[in-house]
Amino acid sequence: MIQVDNLTHRYGDRTALDGVAFAVRKGEIFGLLGPNGGGKSTLFRILSTMMVPTGGRASVAGFDVVKNAAEVRRHVGVVFQTQSLDKALTVEENLRSQGHLHGLSGLTLTERMEHAMQRLGLLDRRKDLVESLSGGLRRRVEIAKALLHRPEVLLMDEASTGLDPAARRDLSRHVESLREHERVTILLTTHILEEAARCDRLVLLHQGKIVAEGSPRDLCSRIGGDVVVLETADTAALAGKLRERFGLQPSVMDGQVRVEIENGHRFITEAVEAFPGAIEAVSLHKPTLEDVFVRETGAAIE
Amino acid sequence: MGVVASPLVFWLLIGYGSNDLARFYSGALVLTVMFSAIFSTISIIEDRREGFLLSMLVSPAPRTSMVLGKILGAATLAWIQGLTFLAFAPLAGVSIGMLELIPVAASIFLISFTLTGLGFVIAWRMNSTAGFHGIMNLLLVPMWMVSGSLFPMATAHGWVKAIMWVNPLTYSISLLNHTLELPNAFPGAMPSLFVTAAFGLVLLLASGMMAAQKATRSAA
Repeated sequence: MIQVDNLTHRYGDRTALDGVAFAVRKGEIFGLLGPNGGGKSTLFRILSTMMVPTGGRASVAGFDVVKNAAEVRRHVGVVFQTQSLDKALTVEENLRSQGHLHGLSGLTLTERMEHAMQRLGLLDRRKDLVESLSGGLRRRVEIAKALLHRPEVLLMDEASTGLDPAARRDLSRHVESLREHERVTILLTTHILEEAARCDRLVLLHQGKIVAEGSPRDLCSRIGGDVVVLETADTAALAGKLRERFGLQPSVMDGQVRVEIENGHRFITEAVEAFPGAIEAVSLHKPTLEDVFVRETGAAIE
Repeated sequence: MGVVASPLVFWLLIGYGSNDLARFYSGALVLTVMFSAIFSTISIIEDRREGFLLSMLVSPAPRTSMVLGKILGAATLAWIQGLTFLAFAPLAGVSIGMLELIPVAASIFLISFTLTGLGFVIAWRMNSTAGFHGIMNLLLVPMWMVSGSLFPMATAHGWVKAIMWVNPLTYSISLLNHTLELPNAFPGAMPSLFVTAAFGLVLLLASGMMAAQKATRSAA
């Protein structure tokens, strides 16, 4: 559904995308995970035909985003990070004018609007002015708007930005139901791990490059065993000692020493006994996408 | 209504102060239209970042129709503001009959259309509204000053006079002076009409081309 080959983009001297390549299959929920400035928004703008890349190729729904932008626009629904609704109009009025942009009118448009509002749970708010809606509801109106022309692909840019956790989960549920009932392929960009973990597959973008690709489970299982995080006053010294004594490859970040290790619980007792007084706090968890990101880039996502 | 207020104040102060309301009337009317056109097109900058314009940019609706819609809408608004200013015409000693109203209204529309096109061309290239304000103060307002709005071409000197000759707004003011039968109607009616219309058309084409252009920088 989406094919990206050796995509490169420069803003003047700054390289925002550097030879990015991936493919999204039909019916997938595909995530682009990375920190702000990692290249997600650039990629989103290129895929949504807002700008042309300085190098490489990309196609959406079988159409080249540069040569055939008009066809791409016909087959893609776009949900922006910022608001694209007219606040002074009602939910219905916003949907209606969006429908007109796609050449829909009359009974067809009315039916599509009903369907979209029903799917996103907006039927009881149809007459409400957008400015009176909560952030979560507004995002749902944005999605309903993007679905009117029955796109094969839905592109969502940081759709959950500014939402509280409950609204975010609610949004994720709606996105999953869209995939199920509307058979739409979804590509979303996010810097929120919880959201990324709900994708079928994802790529990790860092400084314009893909540093890892796979399903959340696959990515996490690349890290064997557990992740142990040690807090200490002198991280460099502790990391050095761990390397020496246990033959580990610890990573140091934000005053913490991280270690990937099998049987983490045993390592903890050994480490605490080996360096009495040096360790201030210890925690152990199963690998998350954050750990994958730290391992691949040495930097944090959020 | 706010758009009419400040040109009205300017006009009354300058007009009563120099005891010549008629001379500055067309200039004040054009300023009203200009303010309205600017305020309507300046919204493009924000709407493109956060607003309805975003959805338009990724919809299959042709960019040219988006441009035409925006310019016609904003021009109509500016036109209405300009027509409102006609209510003060009697103060300038101008009385407009029903039949005379047609060419006057048509001229005001043409000028509204032209200035909206100018606003669009500037706004489309801008990243911030602050930049637009800079252009307004350094280009648009001076352009208005040397258009015959404050002093007629006949009494102008040197290089300023040369600027007046190439300033499209000079022809807009002259066009209004012709249709309102006010003094200082120079250049002639036909050249004034032609230049104003041609300027508007060029700006419309430029707007359409700019909006349809594929760019390696995002439109939003």
